[in-house]
Amino acid sequence: MTVDVEQLSCRELVELVTDYLEGALSPVDTARFDDHIGRCGACSIYLEQMRQSIEVLGHLPVDAVTPEAERDLLEAFRGWRAS
Amino acid sequence: MAQAAPAEAQVLEALRAGDEDAFRALVREYTPSLVRVARIYVSTQAAAEEVAQETWLGVLNGLPRFEGRSSLRTWIFRILTNIAKTRAKRDGRTLPFSALSEPGRVPEAAVDADRFLDPEHPRWPGHWALKPEAWPEDALVAGETREKLAEAIEALPAAQRAVISLRDIEGWSSEEVRNALDLSETNQRVLLHRARSKVRSALESYLDQP
Repeated sequence: MTVDVEQLSCRELVELVTDYLEGALSPVDTARFDDHIGRCGACSIYLEQMRQSIEVLGHLPVDAVTPEAERDLLEAFRGWRAS
Repeated sequence: MAQAAPAEAQVLEALRAGDEDAFRALVREYTPSLVRVARIYVSTQAAAEEVAQETWLGVLNGLPRFEGRSSLRTWIFRILTNIAKTRAKRDGRTLPFSALSEPGRVPEAAVDADRFLDPEHPRWPGHWALKPEAWPEDALVAGETREKLAEAIEALPAAQRAVISLRDIEGWSSEEVRNALDLSETNQRVLLHRARSKVRSALESYLDQP
C-alpha cells in the first residue's frame, strides 16, 4: 500500500489544526491527522500549544462595560419604562 | 428556528415588566461583545462604543414587537450589525464585506513558511525546519503572558478578533458566533484558525525568549 502519497506534511498539518479541533475533518482526514501526530513529536507539540493557547484565552478577563455607558443606558431604560 | 430558551423567556418577561436589574445584567453581558463586533464595521473604538449604545436603544424600541423567533442574542446582534453598517456608510468607510464573506480570499499561513523545509525536499518535504519547543506550564499562567496574549488579540484584524474573543474568551459555541455575525460555517473556521494561529505564534515568540 502506498501510504506515502496520502501522508500529511507538517506544513499541511498546521493548517488543519482548527478543523481538527472543531471536528470538521472527514473521518479519513482525521485518521491521517491522528496518524501524523502519533509519529511526529514536533507536530504534537504544535497541537498542544494550540490547545494551551485556547486554554489561556479562556482565563482572560472579559471586558467590562464602562460605568458611564451603563449609567446612560439605565437612564434610557427608565425613560423607556415610563413611556 | 429554535424557540427561545426558558431562561431567555424569563429575561424577556422581566425586561418587558421594566425590571432594571434584568436590563443591567444584559448590558453587562453583551456590551463588550457588541463593541468588538462593531469594530468590524467602524474604524475607531469610540465609534464602536457609540454603536453599542445605539444598539441598546434599538433593543428597547424593538422589545415590544420582538416575537422570539430568533434567540434574543441573535436579534440583538442583528440590530447591532444594521446600526454599524449605517454608521460606517455615514462615516464614508468602505465596508469590509470581504472580511466576513470571503475571509480566505487572501492566503495566510498559520506558521511562517520558512519554519518548514521545502515541499520539494527530497527526504523531508514540508517537514519542520525549526521545530516548536514545548512551553513551560508555569509561564503560561504568568500575568505577563496574559498581557502578551491581550496584545496579540488587539493586534488582530477586527473580524478575527471578534471571532476569537467570542469563541475562546467568552466561550460561545461556533453556532452562536455564526448566528451573531451572520457567518458561514467555513468562514467562521477560517477566521478562528487565523486568529488562533497568530495568538499561538505571538505566545511562542514571547515564551521562546531566553
